[in-house]
Amino acid sequence: MSFVSEKKSSHTKLLLLSFLACLIGCQPSIPIDSEIDSSLLVYCSEGSPVSLNPQTNTSGTTVDATAPTLFNQLLDYIPGTTELRPSIAAEWSINDKGTIYRFTLRDDIAFHSNEYFTPSRNLNADDVIFSYNRQRLVNHPLHNINGNSYPYFNGQGLAKLIKRIEKIDQHQVEIELTRPESPFLSILATPFLPIQSKEYAETLMKKNQLELYDKNPIGTGPFQYLAYEADSYLRFIRFDKHFAFKSIVEHLVYSITPDPAMRFARFSAGECDIMRYPLPVHNKLAAQDNTIETIQTPALNVAYWGFNTQKPPFNEPKVRQALNFAVNRKAIARAVYDNQAILAEGPLGPSSWAFAASQDKIIYNPEKARQLLQEAGYGEGFNLDIWAMPVQRAYNPNARKMAEMIQQDLLEIGITSNIVSYQWGTFLNRVAAGQHQTVLLGWSADNADPDNFLTPLLSCAASNNGSNYSRWCHPEFDKIILKARQESDIEKRKLYYQQAQEILHFEKPWLPIAHTPNNLLIKNTVKDVNLSPLGTINFEGVTLISKEDAF
Amino acid sequence: MLISLLRIFVTALISLIGLTVITFTISQQSSLPLHDYQSNSVFVQYFEYLGYLFQANWGTSNITGSDVLSEFLKHFPATLELLLFALLIVFVSGISLGIVAAKNRGTWIDNSVMGATLVGYSMPIFWWGLLLVLFFSLFLGIFPVAGRIDYQYYIEPISRFMLVDTLIGNHSYGMSAFFNALNHLILPAITLSWVPMAIMARMTRSALVNILKFEYIRTARSKGLSENRIIWAHALRNALQSLLTIGGLQISILMTGIIITEHIFAWPGVGNWLLRSVARQDYPSIQGGILALSFMVILFNVFIDIISNFLDPKKRRPLE
Repeated sequence: MSFVSEKKSSHTKLLLLSFLACLIGCQPSIPIDSEIDSSLLVYCSEGSPVSLNPQTNTSGTTVDATAPTLFNQLLDYIPGTTELRPSIAAEWSINDKGTIYRFTLRDDIAFHSNEYFTPSRNLNADDVIFSYNRQRLVNHPLHNINGNSYPYFNGQGLAKLIKRIEKIDQHQVEIELTRPESPFLSILATPFLPIQSKEYAETLMKKNQLELYDKNPIGTGPFQYLAYEADSYLRFIRFDKHFAFKSIVEHLVYSITPDPAMRFARFSAGECDIMRYPLPVHNKLAAQDNTIETIQTPALNVAYWGFNTQKPPFNEPKVRQALNFAVNRKAIARAVYDNQAILAEGPLGPSSWAFAASQDKIIYNPEKARQLLQEAGYGEGFNLDIWAMPVQRAYNPNARKMAEMIQQDLLEIGITSNIVSYQWGTFLNRVAAGQHQTVLLGWSADNADPDNFLTPLLSCAASNNGSNYSRWCHPEFDKIILKARQESDIEKRKLYYQQAQEILHFEKPWLPIAHTPNNLLIKNTVKDVNLSPLGTINFEGVTLISKEDAF
Repeated sequence: MLISLLRIFVTALISLIGLTVITFTISQQSSLPLHDYQSNSVFVQYFEYLGYLFQANWGTSNITGSDVLSEFLKHFPATLELLLFALLIVFVSGISLGIVAAKNRGTWIDNSVMGATLVGYSMPIFWWGLLLVLFFSLFLGIFPVAGRIDYQYYIEPISRFMLVDTLIGNHSYGMSAFFNALNHLILPAITLSWVPMAIMARMTRSALVNILKFEYIRTARSKGLSENRIIWAHALRNALQSLLTIGGLQISILMTGIIITEHIFAWPGVGNWLLRSVARQDYPSIQGGILALSFMVILFNVFIDIISNFLDPKKRRPLE
C-alpha cells in the first residue's frame, strides 16, 4: 500500500472532480451541416404511428404520418378546406341513378422506390383495383397480411356498398355501388383509401416478404419513406418525381414527443418547426410570442352529453329538454376549453355546409329546466350517472372536470349525480352495450360530408350496440337522413338536413357541448402549412425562410 | 464459497419464477392468445409459456403485429446507454460528494452537501427533469430539450447505441455527431441519477464517518498519515463493499426512474415503449417489457451479490 504516493491520490481526486465538473459543464461547440439545415423541416408529433398504412389503422397519428407524405387517393381535399379536387383521378363521371362512378386516371404518376423495389411502370388502373380489393375481398393475396384489419373500409360498410370494380382500360376504372350514396366521393378522398402499388406487392411476393408491404411503404406522395424508429422519429425524403408539385423541403422529420409540455419545450427551443396538439396554455403563450404563428381551422368535431334514451327517465323528451337547459355551458367553455371552443347547437358545426341555425339557441335556464321536469313528473328530482370519458381528445380535453361542473349544475334543479369512469377500452365497450345512463363523449369527422356525423351518431342502425350511444332511434329522422344520403343535389340535401336538425332540436337525444378548432403552432420561419377542418396536416405548399427574413 | 453462490442462484431462481408467473398472467389478458398452447389447463400452459420464452418466442404485439422480443432489443440499447451513463454519475459523483462531506464533516461544506442531497433525495423526478429543461435548455440554452441527436444528423442505427453509432457509422459529420449525441445524454442522465446519487453520497458519508471513529484510523493518524491518505487507502477501502451493495440497490431505483425519464426526454428506450404499450393495451408487449426489465434487475443483483461475496470474506460462510 505504501507505494501509492500522497501526490498521486490527490491527483485521482482532482481527476474525479474535474470529470464531475465536465459532466455538468462541458459544452462542445457543434457545427451544423448547413446544407441539410436549410431544407430540413422538423414536425413535433404526439406519438408513434401504429402502422404506416392508413388502410389498416384510423388513428390520427397514423393519418398525420402518412397522408401528407406517402400517399394519394383518387381525389383529395383542397388544402385547408373540405372541398374536393382531382388527384390520381383527373376526372370522373356519375350515372343518373348515382350508382356507377367512372374515374379517368392521370398517366404521369410515378411510384417511390426503395431497397426492395424499383417500379417499372407508372400508376394505372390495376393499382386502383388492387388497393381497394385488398380491403374488399377476403381471398385477395394481401387481405390477410399484417393483421387483416381495415377499420375504415369496414366501418363505412364499403365491402357491401361496392358491387363491382372494373378496369375499362389502363387508365379508366368503373365502380358500381349497390345503392346511390352521395358521400361516396368524400369517402374516396379520405386518407384511409390510398392507392398503392400492385407491382410492389408482386415483387415482395416473389421474395416471400409480403409483410414488408406496410412496414416499408411505397406510395406516390410528395415524400418517400426513409426510416422509422418507434418512439423516436420518422424520416422522409422528398420525392422528386411527384406528379403535382415539388416541395422545397428535402428532409422531413417527425420528431415523436408524447409529453405535451416537452413538445412545447422542444418547439420553443427551436428543435422543431411545427408543434402538433398544443394545449390551451400553449396557445396563450404562443399568442404573446412573435416568432410563433398559430394555425387554426374550424373543426368538424363535437363534444356532447348523451342520454341513454332506452332507459327511463331519459326516454321522456321533456326530461332531455330539461337537462339541455340545466347546464351552464359558458362556464364549461371557460374552464374546460379555456374559451378556445365554440358552443355547439347540434352535431353539425357552423363550418359544415349543412349547418342550419336554429331559432331558439340552447341556453342556460335552470328555472325552465325545473319547470320542464315538473311537467314530466320528475319535480322532486332523481339521481343519475354521468360517465366521463377517461382520455383527452381534441374535442374534450377534460371530461372529468366537465362532469364535475355538470354535477354542480344539476344539483340546482334537484338532480343528484355520480361520476363513473373506466379504463378507455372498457369504457367504450360498456357504453356501446348501453350500460350507461348518460355519457360525455365526442366525435371527430373523418370525411367532410354531414352524413359522417348523423349516420354513425344518431341513426337507428347505429343505436343497437353501435356508435349511437344515446341509443336513440327515430324512424322519421332515419328516413330523412337516408334520403339525404341518396340524393346528389346539394341544395336538396341541405333541405333534408335542415329537417333532420329540427327534429334533433326538439328531441334532444344529447346536449351538444362544443366544437373545438384544430390548431397547430408553427415557427415564423415556416410558411404555408395547411390544416384541414378534418384535422389533417398538409405540407404541400410549405416554404422555409431564413430567421433573418422572418422579421 | 460454492454454497454461498448456490444460495444466490436459488434466490434469483425463485424471483424469476415469481416474475414469469406475473408476466404469464398479464399475457392471459390479451383477447388473442399470446402463443398456441397445446393444453387447456392453465397450469400446463404456464410451462408451455416458459418453453416459448426459452425459444426466444415472446409473442407478437396485438397492435403493431411486430415481434415482442425484437421490439425489446430495438429499444434496449437506448435504455442501456442512458442507464450506464447514469450509473457512472451515481458512483463517481455520489462517492466523491460523500468523501468531500465526510472529510469536512461538521463544516458548512458538509452541511451544504448534505442539504443538497436531502433535496435531491426528496425530489419527484418528473418535476426535477422539467426544471432542468427549463433552466439548462430553455433559459441558458446549453443543452437540447429532448431526443438522442439533432435531426440535422441522420445516423443509421447499427449497434443502436447512439454514441457508438456516431463513431462507427458511415457518415460525413465527423466527431460533431458524437458530441451532439453526448450532449443529448447529459440532462436525462442527470435527471435519472439524481435520487440514487443523493442516496449514494449520504451513504458514503455515513460509512466513512463511522469508519473514521475506529481505533485503526487513530493508529494511522498517529503514524502521521495525511487525512487524504487515511480516507482513500484505509477508510474508503473498507466502506467500498457496503457501498457496492447500496449501489446495487440503486439499480431498481434507476429502472423505475428510467421509465419516467424516457417519457420526459422522448428517449426511445424500453420505458417509452412500455408506456406506449400500456396506453394501447398491448398486453404481449407489456408482459415482454416487464419480463425483460425485471430480469435485468435480478441479473444485476446476482452480479452485485457475487462481487460483494468476493470482497467480503465474512459473507462467504457456508450454510449453518
